[in-house]
Amino acid sequence: MNIIKVPTMAEMVANGETPEILFWVGCSGSFDDRAKKITKAIVRILNHVNIKFAILGSEEGCTGDPAKRAGNEFLFQMQAMQNITVMNGYSIKKIVTGCPHCFNTIKNEYPALGGNYEVVHHTQLVQELINQGKLKVQGGEFKGKKIVFHDPCYLGRGNDVYEAPRDIIQKLDVELAEMKRSKAKGLCCGAGGAQMFKEAEKGTKEVNVERAEEALALNPDVIAVGCPFCNTMMTDGVKHYNKEDKTKVLDIAELIANANDL
Amino acid sequence: MISSIIFALLLIGASAFFSINVKKIRRNILLGKDIPLTDNKGERLKTMVLVALGQQKMFARPIPAILHLFLYTAFIITQIELIEIIVDGISGSHRIFRESLGGLYTFAVSFIEILSVLAFIGTIAFLARRNLLKVPRLVMNELNGWPKLDANFILFGELTLICFIFMMNGADEVLYSRGLSHATNLNNGSLGLSISKHVGPLLFGGISDNGLHVVERIGWWGHILIVFGFLNYLPFSKHLHIVLGFPNTYFSNLKPKGQFTTLDAVTDVVAPNFDPAYVAKTDPDNPVRFGVKDVQDLTWKNLMDAYSCTECGRCTSACPQNITGKALSPRKIMMDTRDRLEEVGKNIDKNKGTFVDDGKSLIGDYIKHEEIWACNTCNACVQECPVNIDPLAIIVEIRRYLVMEESNTRPELNNMFSNIENNGAPWQFSQADRANWINEA
Repeated sequence: MNIIKVPTMAEMVANGETPEILFWVGCSGSFDDRAKKITKAIVRILNHVNIKFAILGSEEGCTGDPAKRAGNEFLFQMQAMQNITVMNGYSIKKIVTGCPHCFNTIKNEYPALGGNYEVVHHTQLVQELINQGKLKVQGGEFKGKKIVFHDPCYLGRGNDVYEAPRDIIQKLDVELAEMKRSKAKGLCCGAGGAQMFKEAEKGTKEVNVERAEEALALNPDVIAVGCPFCNTMMTDGVKHYNKEDKTKVLDIAELIANANDL
Repeated sequence: MISSIIFALLLIGASAFFSINVKKIRRNILLGKDIPLTDNKGERLKTMVLVALGQQKMFARPIPAILHLFLYTAFIITQIELIEIIVDGISGSHRIFRESLGGLYTFAVSFIEILSVLAFIGTIAFLARRNLLKVPRLVMNELNGWPKLDANFILFGELTLICFIFMMNGADEVLYSRGLSHATNLNNGSLGLSISKHVGPLLFGGISDNGLHVVERIGWWGHILIVFGFLNYLPFSKHLHIVLGFPNTYFSNLKPKGQFTTLDAVTDVVAPNFDPAYVAKTDPDNPVRFGVKDVQDLTWKNLMDAYSCTECGRCTSACPQNITGKALSPRKIMMDTRDRLEEVGKNIDKNKGTFVDDGKSLIGDYIKHEEIWACNTCNACVQECPVNIDPLAIIVEIRRYLVMEESNTRPELNNMFSNIENNGAPWQFSQADRANWINEA
């Protein structure tokens, strides 16, 4: 594996450079051990195609998404305005996020507070790179494998992005399987709405177990996701059924980076 | 002459009573806060045509969609016949448009008859789905009592209505063939009604001339009485969706579903910290409640949503939390909102136009905290709704009230809030360590 190059905005500016795109890493991508691997996979893709990008590093703070979904509009706006102040200070134009929640919040909810940027989710960027011929992908270790894609709510229903992740998966020469509840009818992994940060309310089953059960019924080699929180939930769900040896839970970025030894 | 007077009185009475109750509903909806939803007229019209008129979202589930389409088209097309019935009723004429419209008349009434048969089949199927097949979303506990009765009552009413139509048309066909119908005789031996010309003789062929006149009148009066009754039942029933489905889709949220509203009152507090030149958007002398405690805090669109809900339960059957046995049911959120709004409306009626505090509120007395805190904000309920109701908007507003006005939330969420506030992340990690992953193996 190549050594990754990850400049921060502060470093770029000190060198008098301007990045093409800001990579918004997100809290999960920065601190969660599993999600850090997804972050690195995204970086490997960006390095491979030689995109000039930067991260905010310690100048990045939570977008405020979980606060907003949980009803704390004050905290959300505090976070949003801090981030907007930083990004506007750097004259950021385009952002790629590794998380659909960051994607949705910055894209849809920052403009009303003075933050106007072109925002794409990493699957959209990868799709664009493939379509432009800048990124050539092969199936590699996934060739012929059965992959089922779980739609993140804030990418799918939240923003109507259903095809970019599927397009990429199909480029890997694999069998793309669909759950009955997919695309607009996709079932949440159970993490959204700040549920990630609390115990479930009283019920009969965990949502992630329900969703993993549906995915595992297709007997896939890989459950592909596009969100670090879905990743956690689906991984736990697969473990609940002791299927972690047979079925891997991987982000689309990891599929691309691993299949092509980036 | 006497029958014309009775008819006219019934028509006036039914219309007056209906408009009184429609005005009440309108007043109740306007108890909500104002929001501007008049932009983008073209897109709004398109949404209404596709979703309400075109039933677009119903077809996500083809079987009930087709059955519903039978009832829906029959209902729409029957309105044409209703015009004639009203004219006949007032003037004492019989099938007044038949002579002038000729073949078109025969075609129109025949078409209505075919749709009525399909609607009859649809209605029987709907009754079976509710009472025999017990489709899960139609037999959940939240429907016990009035909601179940309401649904069956409407369906039985529709069956009776269709029976009256065929009594009226069938008996008239037999009378016509005997040269006794009051319809103008066009020397063609039959009224030519697609279903009744076959079914009429079969059912009523053996009845005497006088008996036939009685059957025909029972059909005619029975039909119009059910129509008047149905009209006035609507404001008290979940069935109001047949009217409100149209404005409710017109005023749909056209923004991406992931985008939640921005609270200007909060911005006015937060923004000056970042921009000293910031000009407030809300009136500081008129402080507002953050979020929603009771129905008056909702927007008029939220309240129109509540009246538009026909309790089909598609939202609840797609809700990840409901599927896994939690108390949250988006349908119940809408029913609770409507029931509380009705209660507030009655309170206003009783107290000469002003609401007198009854010590109750939407959150707590109707919606329980465990429902509000279960939501994944996944938008599955919003996606499912065939008339674009947004239960999620209400849930989020109640969360805002609980968090920002009462600090009454789940303890883990308070931890998450303080982590974000102190470290810029929902977990206890230092913001300074945010890029440490770069150098980790």
